[in-house]
Amino acid sequence: MAFDEMNGTGGEIRSPYAKAAQWLANASPDLLKTRSRQAELFFRRMGITFAVYGDTESNERLIPFDLIPRIVSGAEWNGLEVGLTQRINAINAFLKDIYGPQEILKAGIIPPELILTNQAYRPEMQGQRPPRDIWVQIAGVDLVRTGEDEFHVLEDNVRTPSGVSYMLENREMMMRLFPELFADHSVRPVETYPDTLLASLKACAPEDAGGNPTIVVLTPGPFNSAYYEHSFLADKLGAELVEGSDLFVDDNYVYMRTTQGRRRVDVIYRRVDDEFLDPLTFRSDSALGVPGLMAAYTAGNVTLANAVGTGVADDKAVYTYIPDIIRFYTGEEPILKNVPTWRCREADDLKYVLEHLDELVVKEVGGSGGYGMLIGPAATKAEIEAFRAKLTAAPEEFIAQPTLALSTAPTLSDGKLVQRHIDLRPFVLSSPNGCSIAPGGLTRVALKEGSLVVNSSQGGGTKDTWVLED
Amino acid sequence: MLSRTADSLYWAGRYIERADYLARILEATLRLAAIPTKQGTESSIWAASLATSGCPLLPNSDLTDPQDIRDYLAFSPDNPSSIHCCLTMARTNARSVRTALTVELWETINGAWNRLQELDMPLRGDELLEFLQWVKGVTLGVEGATSRTMLRNDAYWFLRLGAAVERADNTARLLDVKYHLLLPEGERVGGQFDYFQWTTLLREVSALTAYRWVYRDDVKPWHVADLMILNRQMPRSLASCQATIVRYLDRLAADYDNRGPAQRLASAQMKHFEGAKMDTIFQSGLHEYIQSYLAENRRLGEAIHQQYLS
Repeated sequence: MAFDEMNGTGGEIRSPYAKAAQWLANASPDLLKTRSRQAELFFRRMGITFAVYGDTESNERLIPFDLIPRIVSGAEWNGLEVGLTQRINAINAFLKDIYGPQEILKAGIIPPELILTNQAYRPEMQGQRPPRDIWVQIAGVDLVRTGEDEFHVLEDNVRTPSGVSYMLENREMMMRLFPELFADHSVRPVETYPDTLLASLKACAPEDAGGNPTIVVLTPGPFNSAYYEHSFLADKLGAELVEGSDLFVDDNYVYMRTTQGRRRVDVIYRRVDDEFLDPLTFRSDSALGVPGLMAAYTAGNVTLANAVGTGVADDKAVYTYIPDIIRFYTGEEPILKNVPTWRCREADDLKYVLEHLDELVVKEVGGSGGYGMLIGPAATKAEIEAFRAKLTAAPEEFIAQPTLALSTAPTLSDGKLVQRHIDLRPFVLSSPNGCSIAPGGLTRVALKEGSLVVNSSQGGGTKDTWVLED
Repeated sequence: MLSRTADSLYWAGRYIERADYLARILEATLRLAAIPTKQGTESSIWAASLATSGCPLLPNSDLTDPQDIRDYLAFSPDNPSSIHCCLTMARTNARSVRTALTVELWETINGAWNRLQELDMPLRGDELLEFLQWVKGVTLGVEGATSRTMLRNDAYWFLRLGAAVERADNTARLLDVKYHLLLPEGERVGGQFDYFQWTTLLREVSALTAYRWVYRDDVKPWHVADLMILNRQMPRSLASCQATIVRYLDRLAADYDNRGPAQRLASAQMKHFEGAKMDTIFQSGLHEYIQSYLAENRRLGEAIHQQYLS
């Protein structure tokens, strides 16, 4: 039995859920069904959708929204906050070091080839310092819970994490549908996120940008799966939503083309991957990027958020070293645990993994979004054998983890309460003024009974996340 | 405002206007083709409508069959100016600048596009007429939503400017194809068939009633020419369109506190209409006159693009 957010291990209702449980017991199934329908209608009308790659039939979908909030106590949250801050500070220090003196490699903590031949390592950044020396302005750390005091980090997501629009929209929706619940609970606000993000991005602007730097959101365009979020954030930030062709570089400064002529751009919150940023430096076939952007960037004339090359810190093989990274840079013990992980690149680990494929989750080190992974306990014999061949052919491409008993939370299914597995993605903002984390985040829920895969591309849904003022 | 945003607004305006124009051309052609006559065969009438539409033809395309021409103008994905493509392009442009539009305007354009997806192809003759009526209704809806709900800021001026430039172009193209029908005062007037052509031309641009109000006379070709070129009461006349273009460009210049080549060019073109007389225009050649207007309008389009949209 997995740990349940409302019922713990089966005994009494846990304290953060005390009032909600009472309310749920009294709410009629009809009311819940009506509210669910209202929520769906509203999301559809607003076009809050995401596109699924490789899905031709219905390529604009709604992410299912579950009405029952996931509730975290203030004390629990405070612990997570300290742990997340420690982790992201260490990752920032790590990136600064990797693209600088590489002390951690010299100290023999991480095998150099794991970094230097990593697909996400950007040699172009070696010796470079981004403006204000902040590398990861925005992180979306995936946490899972397995027990009362057991939180694990599943992924760090320090490239271009998405989902924060759902954190904000879900809260908006809940306040619209259940104002009486908010009157009963004192829920910490997440609505300040866009303002904090704006302040944080401004604080990372180049030194010569002046008091009111110009910020833009760079999107790959309307066909990208997260386009809705890009336009949502641009709106909330009061920034222009630009595509690569709206920007150009002249004399190592970045400008946007406006109806009143060129206008200098100081900070680019980019939702375009590294490889597509600048066709002169990276993929020459990229139509999404801006020729010359890297030159302007390395000249220190524009801030990219996140910095180029951060992917080397959230690669799944490097992930296994994060506890060592935290110790190395902070001198502290990691507060948040990693999920125990076998590195298939190491012979002993590989041997163990091959012998236990039917129990383990095996992931590609560079993969994301729940694609290309094996979930041993749920796989057929044939699937396992096919995966075994892939794994044996290129073991360094994979890591393996035990199938975690992710915590469950009460979830609506056809008007009835059921238990479904969940995770949590808080969003961590970094600037020269320190870290800031909106109290809450995106709770994703695996809507299929027993399923452990919460990704929206794999049929997952979302919930509002409440952090209570204890 | 981003140049790309302005560009999308401008082209959304142009495409909506063009869809309306094509619907009117098709409607008039259906009417004309239904009249039995010795001079014009059905296929020559449709060939003329193809020319009037200004739609580009594919190389090696051999469009002679009325049914083919009809479908080409209304629905063909190969024709970038077909009604179907125009409405789709208008929606694509509107979607990429959705936050610059009011909900009312976006829902009108998006609703039209959704409806378009539901059409069962091919349409029968009577369904086609209904479809064309609907397209005209969409344009009215877009105009209404624009005028009633949009802020009078640069987004609005660009949207309107696109429509005005397109409308001027459409009127000029229509006249260019039909110029041989428009004769100076006193010229011997052709037979029944010409008469139908003139009235159809007026109907194409919803101007038959307007004509009677303005001239209080039976349909005479020199009056038709005057109505379509110089009459400032007629919203579709070249002079009216030009005045509209000048007005929107001036509003932009005022908002941005900067006049540029587009404003200067548009005002210079406007001067040609001041004090102009149809007689003089006929003397120097109607065809040449229209050709030169089309060229000027193209130059203006390029100037707008240079100054704001790129």
